[in-house]
Formats: sequence, C-alpha cells, structure tokens
Amino acid sequence: MTAEPSLHPLGSGLELVPTSHEPQSGKDYTSDQEVRWCPGCGDYAVLKAVQSFLPDLGLRRENIVFVSGIGCSSRFPYYLDTFGMHSIHGRAPAIATGIAVSRPDLSVWVVTGDGDALSIGGNHLIHALRRNVNLTILLFNNRIYGLTKGQYSPTSEAGKVTKSTPVGSIDHPFNPVSLALGAEATFVARTIDSDRRHLTSVLAAAAAHRGAALVEIYQNCPIFNDGAFDDLRGPASDDRILRLEPGLDVTVGDRTWRHDPTAVDPSDQFALSRLEDPVPVGIFRQVERATYDDEAREQVASAVAASTATREERLAGLLNAGDTWTVV
Amino acid sequence: MPRQVTRLDRVVIRFAGDSGDGMQLTGTRFTQESAIFGNDLMTLPNFPAEIRAPQGTIPGVSSFQIHFADHDILTAGDAPDVLVAMNPAALRANLADLPKGATIIVDTHDFTGRNLAKAGYDADPLESGELDAYQLHRVDLTGMTVEAVKEFGLSRKDAARAKNMFALGLLCWLYGRPTESTIGFLERQFARAPEIRDANILAFTTGWNFGETTETFAVRYEIAPAAQAPGTYRNITGNLALAHGLVAAAVRSGLPLFLGSYPITPASDILHELSRQKVFGVTTFQAEDEIAGIGAALGAAYAGSLGVTTTSGPGVSLKSEAIGLAVALELPLLVVNVQRGGPSTGLPTKTEQADLLQAMYGRNGEAPIPIVAPSTPSDCFAAALEAARIAITWRTPVMLLSDGYLANGSEPWRIPDLDDLPAIDPGFATTPNHTSKASSNGADEFWPYQRDPETLARPWAVPGTAGLEHRIGGLEKGDGHGNISYDPANHDLMVHTRAAKVARIADTLPPLTVDDPSAARGDGGARVLVVGWGSTYGPIAAGVRLVRGAGHDVAQVHLRHLNPLPRDLGEILKRYDRVLVPEMNLGQLSLLLRARYLVDAVGLNVVRGLPLTSGEIADAIEELL
Ligand code: SF4
Repeated sequence: MTAEPSLHPLGSGLELVPTSHEPQSGKDYTSDQEVRWCPGCGDYAVLKAVQSFLPDLGLRRENIVFVSGIGCSSRFPYYLDTFGMHSIHGRAPAIATGIAVSRPDLSVWVVTGDGDALSIGGNHLIHALRRNVNLTILLFNNRIYGLTKGQYSPTSEAGKVTKSTPVGSIDHPFNPVSLALGAEATFVARTIDSDRRHLTSVLAAAAAHRGAALVEIYQNCPIFNDGAFDDLRGPASDDRILRLEPGLDVTVGDRTWRHDPTAVDPSDQFALSRLEDPVPVGIFRQVERATYDDEAREQVASAVAASTATREERLAGLLNAGDTWTVV
Repeated sequence: MPRQVTRLDRVVIRFAGDSGDGMQLTGTRFTQESAIFGNDLMTLPNFPAEIRAPQGTIPGVSSFQIHFADHDILTAGDAPDVLVAMNPAALRANLADLPKGATIIVDTHDFTGRNLAKAGYDADPLESGELDAYQLHRVDLTGMTVEAVKEFGLSRKDAARAKNMFALGLLCWLYGRPTESTIGFLERQFARAPEIRDANILAFTTGWNFGETTETFAVRYEIAPAAQAPGTYRNITGNLALAHGLVAAAVRSGLPLFLGSYPITPASDILHELSRQKVFGVTTFQAEDEIAGIGAALGAAYAGSLGVTTTSGPGVSLKSEAIGLAVALELPLLVVNVQRGGPSTGLPTKTEQADLLQAMYGRNGEAPIPIVAPSTPSDCFAAALEAARIAITWRTPVMLLSDGYLANGSEPWRIPDLDDLPAIDPGFATTPNHTSKASSNGADEFWPYQRDPETLARPWAVPGTAGLEHRIGGLEKGDGHGNISYDPANHDLMVHTRAAKVARIADTLPPLTVDDPSAARGDGGARVLVVGWGSTYGPIAAGVRLVRGAGHDVAQVHLRHLNPLPRDLGEILKRYDRVLVPEMNLGQLSLLLRARYLVDAVGLNVVRGLPLTSGEIADAIEELL
C-alpha cells in the first residue's frame, strides 16, 4: 500500500446541530461565574482553549451541552455560557448518553477526570465508547485526586506516595488510551494542556468525529502532583514527545510502520499506546462506525414513519389491543 | 350425555406443575376465556426465580391461581377450591393451601417411584389414603395426550408437552368456558410449526371431549357472568397496564418517552413492552447498569423527554444518588419500583411492599420525592399517568411503587376513553424570566430557579432554547439565579423550599374516599378504620366485606399518594377509635402515620412473599372491634 493514509472527513459529528449566522467570540462562551481553580492549574489553559475554539465550530450556543461528573475539572460547565450540567461522580457519560440519544440537534460534551472517568465511572466510560454514542469526552488526566486533596488515582504511577499511600501505592495504573482502544472506541487521542495549538487541533478533530471521541488531556495539578508532565513541555521535550500524524513512520520495539489512525484493526494503534518513551500525542484512532444514537433514532423514526395514524389514534389502538369484550 | 350442572358464584383454581410444564400459559388462557365470558376475576402467578429449577422437585414448582366469579371480587382468593397438579412435587408443594373437601385433579403419569422420591414422598399419596379428605380425580393427562397426538409423529417429549392443553381443555369443559379464543391463540402462537400447532389444538379439544364423554366428572359447573359497568374491557397485568400508562402519559403531554433501564425481575416486562412501542416515539435504552439507566433517563429529561427508569428494590438502592441529583436539579423523572421480597436479592419473583421507607428516605440529605402507589393490576395505568402528571408539573422525580403481585397479576380493565385521560402540560420555558439591573425593557435574563409562585416548580428550559443557556448541578444553588451557593441562610431556604414544593402537591389531590357504609346512619357506626396502600387494596377490601358480612361495622381508606399524604387524612384518622394498617412489611406506613398524626396505628405485618389473605385481615379487624 503506497497511498498516504489521511484523516479524511468521516461524517461530521456536528452535522445535525444548527449553526449560527452571528459572528461569535470566546467572550460569548464565557459565563459570569468566577473561575475557582487553584492558581496555575492546567484546567485554566484547557478552558481558555475550549472557549476560544468553540466559536470556530459556528454552532448555535444554545445547542451545545457540557456534562461533567465530580472533581476539579468537572466544574468546567459552570464557566461556559452554554447549557451545562454538573452531575454526580462518574456518571456523566450515562447522562450525556440520554441527552445525545434524545436530541440529535445538540453537540454534547463530557468533561471528566482520571478519578471520575476511570475509577468510579469506569463502567459508563467503556460502555459509552463501545456503543459509540455521539459524544466528545475530554478526560483531564492529572494522575491524582485534586478535589479530595491528594490521594493517588487510577492513573498514578505505581509506588506513588500520597496522603492515602504513605509508603507508596501498589495499584497498577490504567493507560486511558489503551483502555479506550480496548473498549473499541472509534476516536482516541491524547494531548497536553500546555500546547494550545495541539490541544485545539485535536479538539477540532474530536468534535468533527461522529461517534464517541475520547481525548486524554495531560493536565498539571500544581498543588498535589506538580510537574507530572514537565518533561513533555517546552522545547527540551522534543525527543520525549512523539507527535502522531497520519503517515508518520513510527517504531515500537523492532517494528516500524506508517501510523494510520483510520486502520480498522486497532493492533498497531494499541501498540503505539503502550509506548512510554517517547510519549505519543495526537490521534491514535479515528474510524467510522454507526453510532448508537443515530441507530436508536432510526429505529424509532422508521416505526413512526410506518404508521399514518395520529398519536392519539395509535394510543386508542394500543389500549384496545388483544382480546376485548364489550358490556352494554 | 346429560350432566348435572351446579351453579357456583365463585371458584378459585390453581394450576400447578413443573416450571417447564407451561402452567403460566395454561392459567393465562383460562383467564382470558373467563374474562371474555364475562366473569370478574383476579389472578396470582407464582413461579420460582430459577428459569428451570431441577425437574420434578419442589423448588421447580410453578403455579397460577385464578379466582373468577359472577360478582365483583377483590383478590385472587385465599385458598384454592381446585388444584390441578401435574406431578407429585406440584401436589406436595400446594396441598397445605387446600381446604379439606377441595377438588384435586392429578396427572397420574408422573406418580412413579423416582418422581415421588424427588418430591419427597415415601409412599404414593394417590394410594396411601392421605388424600381421603379431598375429592381426588386421577387422570393420566400425559398418557392420553401422547395417545391423542400420535398421528403427528412428534417425539414423545414434544407430544407430552401438549399435556397442559389437555388439562386446559378438561377444565374448560368442567367450568363451561368458551374455547374459541384459545384455539385462535394456538393458531397464532404456533403458526410457523404446524405440527406443534395442530397437536396442541387437538390436545385441547381432546381434553374437553374427555370431560364430555367419560364419567370421570359427574358434575359440571356454571359461573354466570358478573354485572359489569358498560364499556369495552380487556384483561390486563399490572406491568402491561403500567407500560400503557407511560405511553399514555407521553401522548397526553406531547413528550417523547425515554426509558433507561437495566433488566431486573419483576420489572423487565415493562422494558420489553416499551421497546415494542417505538411507533409512539418511545426510545428504550438498555443500560450497562442501574445507575446508567437512571442517568440516561435524567439526561433525556434535561433534554426535554419524559424520562423514566424501571427497576425493583435492589436497583433503587443503586439509583439513590441519581434520584438525589434529580431532586437537586428539579427535573421531571419517573422512577418505577416493582417491589419484590428483600433484603438484598431476597425473593426476586415474590411480592412485598417493604420499599416504602426507602422511597421516602433512602437518599442522603433532605431529598423529598412524591410517591404514588397503584392498588390493583389495572390501576397501574392510572397511577402511571398520575405519577407523570406530578413529575412534569412539579419538575421532580416521582417514585411509582408497584409490586410483584400487581406486576404479574391480572384483572379485567375497562378501557378508558382518551378524552377522560388528564392532559399534562410540560410548559417549557421559552423566554427570559428575570429583569437584570441593566435592563430597561423587561426580562432579559434566565433564572433557572425562579419558581412558579403557586406550585414552587422551577422552569424547565431545554437545550436548544436561545437565550436560556444555564448551568445546573448537584451543588447547592442560590435561590432564583441558581448559581452555586454555600450561603447558610440560602441552604436553609432551599431545603425548606424543596420540601414545601412536594407538600404543595397535596393541594391538587382529590379528597380521600372513605368506604364506611355505617357513617350514613349517624349513630356513630364503625369504630375501626383500616388504612392500606398499594396492592393490599384487594385483600383489605375483601377482609372488610367478610367482617361486614358477619354483622360488624368497619371503615376502609386506601392511599394512592404516600408523599405527600392527602390533606384530609389526619382528620379521617381522628374519626375512628382504632386504626389498623395491614402491610407486607414490618410496619412502614404505620411508622409514617404514627409520626405524622400521633395516631396509635396497629399493624398487621406479614411478609411471606405472597399477598395478604382476606381471612387474616378479617381476623385482625375483629380483634380490634
Ligand atoms: S487541586 Fe489541582 S487539579 Fe484541582 S484545581 Fe487545584 S490545581 Fe487544579
């Protein structure tokens, strides 16, 4: 195969969402609420990036919904002037599934963290991914519990000394990208809070993807896990980071191949996700598969289309179905 | 052959056999025929939690009881008059429920050494004399069925399977049931397997002819149709009625219905039924777990659907946190709990009503939710509509407390006129509702917690509505504007306001109906009031009839709304000297009544996994007279 694999447009994740004719700016997406993260928190950079990127989508602001769980990053929806719900720990993907399935005209985003998505909410995350619900999931990974003041998380490195693990954690950590690929996600990417350009380009691709898109965002928590990703920042990081592009030659162990995020077989993408030095960032996987919400709506729509009766007439028919008898 | 015909006013028949013997189908068909014939009836299926428990054993016994009559009846009957036992285990498991003199029809075919041993019999009860006090009919149902259908060349196993239809045919002859609907049913059911279809129909008619031509049964029985109010009727189970009620609520509110659910006994049939109703715009989402089921339903409610989740008690335990979120978000949501025996996994296929306090208080913080409970299988329809009315009008999660008896039990239902169903107005918010300081021309802001002054309900503003963008969440919200607030006085206000909102629902409830014929006499009359809720309605009303039949006065009131309680309940309780509260739990409504009204309620608390009997209720009433 000699053709260059490319990120061809795979059916827009936003094609059913109404667009706005008004010019928009980042300010339009900024709510009147005071942002209450700690000074220097990586969440600020992601918020800024999202606020300045959303106008580029050109959607009607009222058709955008952000749903979050619990944790520092889950305060995110309060700071965006869209529709938003700050829900309960780990359940945002389930709630967002109900929104996305019932409303094709909404752009639905989930904001979650490593504890929220991978610990208490692990079940909902993998099922949202395998069903391929049309959601864009931003997983802020700071490898620590911030809001509860510094316990190790499911992505903390083994041996981590925290308040709840004074002699080191003995948990083997999840790799969120590997997990998502294992759950048969159709879009999986990784980016980092400090690289606004990369972050924005990955978000744009994720939003455009029709289906569940998981974006792991390495996010610094200066209070409880400062510097977790320092070696991936700045000019000195060049040989620590592998910026994935379609067609890029990649080497894992003694094998080299051309990275193809659109490859249906995820084996190479998974092999890449295991790489720790350098750390790959960018789009690991971007494939097309029918989405749960589109198919669920299609089943309902074809049932409705097959009947010419009004809803009331159908109700009368339903209630009078089966063996009936009449008393006069 | 001319046969003596005896008129009866009511009969209770129990069909019992192995789980694989088709007793539920047999009972359901007999029920359908009786319904079409015009009898009033109620049914009580009873089956093991295992799909196929070891064949021929007591744990594998499945039964179906039907009570049918020429007058209106209220229960599936305390004790069977007739037991049809397909094997020794079915006989042994049910014999203790039979009064002396009852009729027993046994399939003699399985009364052999091995099967007797499996059921725990040392000696054959058909020969030992232990059934002398009953009218025993020995019939080789299996043998005659196999003989009758041999022309179809079925395997012996398949041929023997039709024995339940032979038994049904025989019972249809014995009680003069019309047979057309069962033949029609078998034709439809087995349309793709003509041999099986014909074998079943032949077994059914052969059973009928066996009654007619042999002298095994000297008497036939006649149970005249009951007087019923004019209208069109069908026989319906509680789960089906509840599912229909949800669809009706969606139609009457103009909302799409979204069900998020995880399979659980005995609620799954509601999921199955709604998954077939896509033509109404119904979306069913079989979630990865109970939490995701309610989570998705809540998400859909936020987005403007009638959000519903269906489950049983263990599932409610898992959903508690999300119900609390719905309380905080103040969004409409229906939580259907088809209660079963607890605690923990408990008795999945048996009935109980021990989740009332869970519904009232099973959440962290002050998290009041309205509770509605249907009283009979067909009442599940109206109760579902009522729960939806409350949820949508007051923007609140509502708990609908059905139970295993209502879910699987059935009764005739007069199909309502659509015009008589309540209209429900979702009243979505479409415009800003608050005027900022900067505004010179009216409302220019949207405040998600600015309440309707009458109901205290907040606006339901769905995504896609321009200008109403807002954020809600589980953190405490400031009164009106809805932004996060940690202010102590605000929290106090919000806790009280959420409680007041639920309490105000009582303003819209009709006065309670007290069934007390003695009240009209004006001589003081009844001194005892029986208070119930949920599926105990039938047994209580039947028990009350027994007591009145014995010449005593007693009053009855039944609660559909458990939270808030009706405004007039306190005054009604005060009118009587003694208050009896029969419940299939250890006194949960009693506790609420005692706490709320300082009334010395006496409980009758039996938790066998079966409905209360009218006899035990009558005894409890008589003790208080
Ligand atoms: S604790 Fe850490 S993650 Fe949380 S807001 Fe502070 S810096 Fe950010």
